[in-house]
Amino acid sequence: MEFGPHLMLAMLEGLVQASVLTLTALGLSLVFGVMRVVNVAHGEFYMLGAVLAWWITSLLGGSALIEFTAALILAPLLVGLLAGLADWLILRRVDYDPERTIVATIGLLYIIQQVTLMTYGPDARPVAPPFNTRLALPWFEFGENGFALYWPWGLSTTSYKLFVILAAILTLIGVWLLMAKTKIGLILRATQLDSETAQAFGIPVERIYALVFGMGAALAALGAVLVVPIQQAHYLMGADPLLLSFIVVIIGGLGSLRGTVVAAILIGMSDGIISVFFTPTLAKMLATLLVAMVLVYRPQGLFGAKPA
Amino acid sequence: MRKSLTLHLGLIALLFALQFIAPAYHHGNLARIMVMASFAMGYNIMFGYTGLLSLGHAMFFAVGMYGMGLSATQLGLSIGPAFGVGILSALICSLIVGLLALRTIGVAFMIVTLMFSQTIFLTILYFGGITRGDEGFVIKQSTRQIFGLDLSDATTRYFAALLLFSLVLLGILWLVKSPTGRVLIAIRENEERAKMLGYDVWRHKLAAVVMSGTVSGAAGAAYGVLFGYVGASFSQVPYSIFPLLWVLLGGAGTVIGPFVGTLFMFYLIDLSSTVTDAYMLVVGVILVLLTMFARNGLMGIVRERWAKWLP
Amino acid sequence: MAAVNLLSTRGLSRNFGGMKAVQNVDLDLQQGKIRALIGPNGAGKTTLVSMLCGRIPASSGTVTFLGQDVTDMPAHKRISMGMAYTFQITSIFDDLTVFENVALAVQHRLGRAAKQLKPEVLATLERVGLETRSDQVAGDLAYGHQRLLEIAMGLGQEPKLLILDEPTQGLSDGEIDEFIALIREVSANTTVLLIEHNISVVMALADAITVLNFGEIIAEGTPEEIHANPAVQAAYLGG
Repeated sequence: MEFGPHLMLAMLEGLVQASVLTLTALGLSLVFGVMRVVNVAHGEFYMLGAVLAWWITSLLGGSALIEFTAALILAPLLVGLLAGLADWLILRRVDYDPERTIVATIGLLYIIQQVTLMTYGPDARPVAPPFNTRLALPWFEFGENGFALYWPWGLSTTSYKLFVILAAILTLIGVWLLMAKTKIGLILRATQLDSETAQAFGIPVERIYALVFGMGAALAALGAVLVVPIQQAHYLMGADPLLLSFIVVIIGGLGSLRGTVVAAILIGMSDGIISVFFTPTLAKMLATLLVAMVLVYRPQGLFGAKPA
Repeated sequence: MRKSLTLHLGLIALLFALQFIAPAYHHGNLARIMVMASFAMGYNIMFGYTGLLSLGHAMFFAVGMYGMGLSATQLGLSIGPAFGVGILSALICSLIVGLLALRTIGVAFMIVTLMFSQTIFLTILYFGGITRGDEGFVIKQSTRQIFGLDLSDATTRYFAALLLFSLVLLGILWLVKSPTGRVLIAIRENEERAKMLGYDVWRHKLAAVVMSGTVSGAAGAAYGVLFGYVGASFSQVPYSIFPLLWVLLGGAGTVIGPFVGTLFMFYLIDLSSTVTDAYMLVVGVILVLLTMFARNGLMGIVRERWAKWLP
Repeated sequence: MAAVNLLSTRGLSRNFGGMKAVQNVDLDLQQGKIRALIGPNGAGKTTLVSMLCGRIPASSGTVTFLGQDVTDMPAHKRISMGMAYTFQITSIFDDLTVFENVALAVQHRLGRAAKQLKPEVLATLERVGLETRSDQVAGDLAYGHQRLLEIAMGLGQEPKLLILDEPTQGLSDGEIDEFIALIREVSANTTVLLIEHNISVVMALADAITVLNFGEIIAEGTPEEIHANPAVQAAYLGG
């Protein structure tokens, strides 16, 4: 394949990755923004979403479409409930102290991961996509007859991948509407600004926290359900999304939802593109170092405003 | 002071005596535990005494280990100087990390240390030609000789581990009782007040990071020397979590706590791994229970209830 | 003998966002004197002394201490030169013993002379009457005793300039009398800058008074002069 079509393919792959990453990172950012705690177990909620999707689709009979739709609804819901419960039972009891929360969520990480290993096992398992039509894509050239479209061999995507991108965009709009237009969103923003005052005004901060923690985990799980027809479900699959989400949230500015979305698209795209052209280890190494340096020299993130 | 000196010297004497009594299996375990407890004691300088929570101590352990291992295998240094190179590498690494990471505080500090550690891990993988990547490499028995002693021999190894452990234990006991130690504790308790008593908080924190990283690196180098293996897994996230866990369990900010925590955890995992492959589950459950119910760890409880003098 | 200025500020100002917390303050503290800094709530008193000891940087202006420009010097260095600051909101090491708290103050001054530490700490505790409580955990002390510990930490540093930020807040009348006697004794060889709301304490101790309102000095003089100053009365009555 020539460079042009190859780049376009890489960008499409990048966009799919970016879509999933946006959802996952948005969950982490939401939790950090409202609750001011870092959830190290976030990657495991992602993994749980994928594993539950496998379980739901293999338990249910019926067409791939019905199975997958069920997974898309049930898996994030179950993961959200579990996370809310974990918040209520554990994080609430350590008073959301930032350090103790990190240690507790590290504990949670191992608990979720190892229980999955004990029940689901060490194998990677696929989930069938609900639809998977191959779509050839055109490319252009300037030939003797001027501008012409043609269909290079290998330049194609699937209807499912386009669906992933669309689903991510719809979810983003949904989250935005929830935050900007609804009463719940208002309460969340008030709690984010000043939890003590919010409490004084009768907002049940503890329940809000459980809700936010659940929502954050559900977003990660949703990302994972979307990805599992492309990538298989495995009990160790949470590590990479966790690291990437960290990177996104840091680059985008800790707690800034808009910055998170921009950074997720940027990093998801470049990660997708880089992994098509370069060795992943070097890319990861430099990216990790870069992120550490961003935190050291610009803790408000690349897109955040400098605090007064 | 006399009570605490008796306790710590007593522990060293007990470990010395166990060399002659303990069955071979536990004998080998104890050597490993003493090296890992030294790692945890290094971690405790930062976390327990200065209040700096690092999530990246695996990098110091690994840098010490690889500094030793690579200089022995690639440069052909004998094991003594190679061990020195390992410690020096960890010292330089912790100085650089300290200078950068201490510009941040709180959650950002934790994530920065995690990221730096991850960078070290990826660097080890990237230079797989020299480091043998994930596989790691073995330090030959013929290399592991010093002053005519064979460090791969179980008895010699036990005494070498005990020597390291004793030096670190007594060194930290001395540090904690020294004026510098008092300032570190003051920074942990109330940083603003420490500053307004005239202490250069930043320099003390940097000193804590360097001491902590260097001791952890020495433990890493010793591990490579005594057990003859250098591998990338020691630079991965679990090896940053372990010292945190051991210190939390044994009691952060106590000299003896890291050893108690390491001992407990080692045998707990040892027992559970005979039952299930998912032995890391134990790690998770204990971490959660500790943060919820026993913030001060085992020795912290002992100090609260029975022995206020415990350093 | 001409009065020597231990500390001087010229044009010292501090803005928070658009708000001018302290404006253009010229302040001279004469060696060996007790100066009181008074003013209504929110007048900028704590902001001003925080700039003196380096807890917050000045937006503009200079601070001179012992004849040296210390405007850009970090707090710990100014403290090492001989300033001490006691916090308005009690700031002690809650989980350490009373002895350790004061030891931290004394140790910095002693440097290597560690043998002197114990007697000096105990002597300092005796001055504020906490000698029998040296092994208690500081956080367990009654509030008044915590205030005294805070002051003891200031004394333990044996500073040239002792800045006390509302030291008598929450003390009983008997404790206040003891405090007045203590500061009189301390002032024999220490310059004192006292932020104080309790006017009877100010009148009993101060050699001179500076009045701050809306971040500016509106009056300065002897207690008698200040007492008679109409601008001061207007500020306090909200005129």
